[in-house]
Amino acid sequence: MYVAVKGGEQAIDAAHRLLAEERRGDRSVPSLTLAQIAEQLTLAVDRVMNEGSLHDRELAALAIQQARGDLIEAIFLIRAARTTLPRFGYSEPLETRRMRVKRRVSAAFKDIPGGQILGPTFDYTHRLLDFSLAAGLEPPEAAVAPTGLSTDMPRVLELLDSEGLIEKPSQEQGEPGDLTQDPLSFPADRDLRLQNLARGDEGFLLSLAYSTQRGYGRTHPFAGEIRVGMVEVSFTPEELGFAIVIGEITVTECEMINQFKGSAMVKPQFTRGYGLCFGQSERKAMSMALVDRSLRSGELGEERIAPAQDEEFVLSHSDNVQATGFVEHLKLPHYVDFQSELVMLRRMRAEASGDGQTLKAAE
Amino acid sequence: MIPIAPNEGHTGRAAWMRILSLADWRDLEQLAAHYAATPHVMLRPPEAGLVMLRGRMGSTGAAFNLGEATATRCAVRLADGAEGHAYVMGRNAAHAKLAAVLDALLQTAERGQEVRERVIDPLAHRLTQSNVAAAAKAAATKVDFFTMVRGDV
Repeated sequence: MYVAVKGGEQAIDAAHRLLAEERRGDRSVPSLTLAQIAEQLTLAVDRVMNEGSLHDRELAALAIQQARGDLIEAIFLIRAARTTLPRFGYSEPLETRRMRVKRRVSAAFKDIPGGQILGPTFDYTHRLLDFSLAAGLEPPEAAVAPTGLSTDMPRVLELLDSEGLIEKPSQEQGEPGDLTQDPLSFPADRDLRLQNLARGDEGFLLSLAYSTQRGYGRTHPFAGEIRVGMVEVSFTPEELGFAIVIGEITVTECEMINQFKGSAMVKPQFTRGYGLCFGQSERKAMSMALVDRSLRSGELGEERIAPAQDEEFVLSHSDNVQATGFVEHLKLPHYVDFQSELVMLRRMRAEASGDGQTLKAAE
Repeated sequence: MIPIAPNEGHTGRAAWMRILSLADWRDLEQLAAHYAATPHVMLRPPEAGLVMLRGRMGSTGAAFNLGEATATRCAVRLADGAEGHAYVMGRNAAHAKLAAVLDALLQTAERGQEVRERVIDPLAHRLTQSNVAAAAKAAATKVDFFTMVRGDV
């Protein structure tokens, strides 16, 4: 139990000034600008927006700078910032089919209508350090094709769907649940699970996804389609009564094709796992899709034996702001609590040795 | 280019509001900054807030809440009574205000055509150009994989 302490204001103030100085680093080195962070540490910004559950590149860049690059601290700052803003409402669901694709690959089909588009990827790089960056050299310009891309790229999973080889996406109607309005309770429906995973810690989801591949709740996944690109955001303001586009954002979407399932009523068909994230966040989107599928094990009548299939375990521990809050609070003063433990331990030891002298000394 | 129909009910208006929101602020400012001085009453001064963005399971299934985004809204009324509204992602108050004034002007008989020609059409053109350029770069990374028979190298 934590008992409040008081005092120490001067020391705390000095500690924060020292923090500010350390954050600034060597003053002979120019300070970072938010534009530099937003433009050049784009994937860190994407991660902070995802787990902070707030799309705003500039705020995420500020949080990263303020947190000295500690992304979980930055995410914490973003979560706090969002509570200061009023909620205008809910957007129309993003139409990822109409995405302006920057990258789109399928590991299941080689030839897909619209083609495989590698886009800006770390895949197939040699992971050798590039000292031309250290030398401050400007990169060459990107290659340009004479023709653009088809704006209509059919979804890879639609190819399977047209033959009935994959289950239909869940079609429940009604207002989706919102974790920012109502606390999570169990059992949680898939809408709430996906919202939780979308803001969940990338490392935690990555490890859970990896555990399913290593046999803890195997789902036999194939990356049916991964796409990265821009989608428009539509919103219907009450005072207008019709939907308007209010901006566009980059998102990453992953559709996994998983092991089949059939019953007396339904012929065997592949099952689905789904991941959707802000920015270019492929590792996160893929992990999300794998964990989404694992958490559907109950609904699909599979035995629930592995951690990644246990929704209470996954959803209760995915949030790194909650996790870091509870772990890190251990370093705050627990003096009163610890004193009572000390007294109890001394008494128990004295009783165990049956020595009245020690007991007296302990008290 | 995105066709902008003159005041075709909500369709025309939604189309120009889309362009005003998607426009890069520097472009909008360059093309339309002088319209900000159009006399108007603030019905709602620029206000930053949140919109919860939604996705769909399997991209076409049931909706779920993905995460929030910042947005700024503004509403103005011109001297002739035309009301302009704007909702723009991000926290740029000047962008939302200018978009609201332009939305109002676009609904007026006298200035609508002028604003369409001087602001909306060029913005739509720039958006198309930048989308085409991005698509050409992506298209250059289109790949053809060849599957080899096992044992081939």
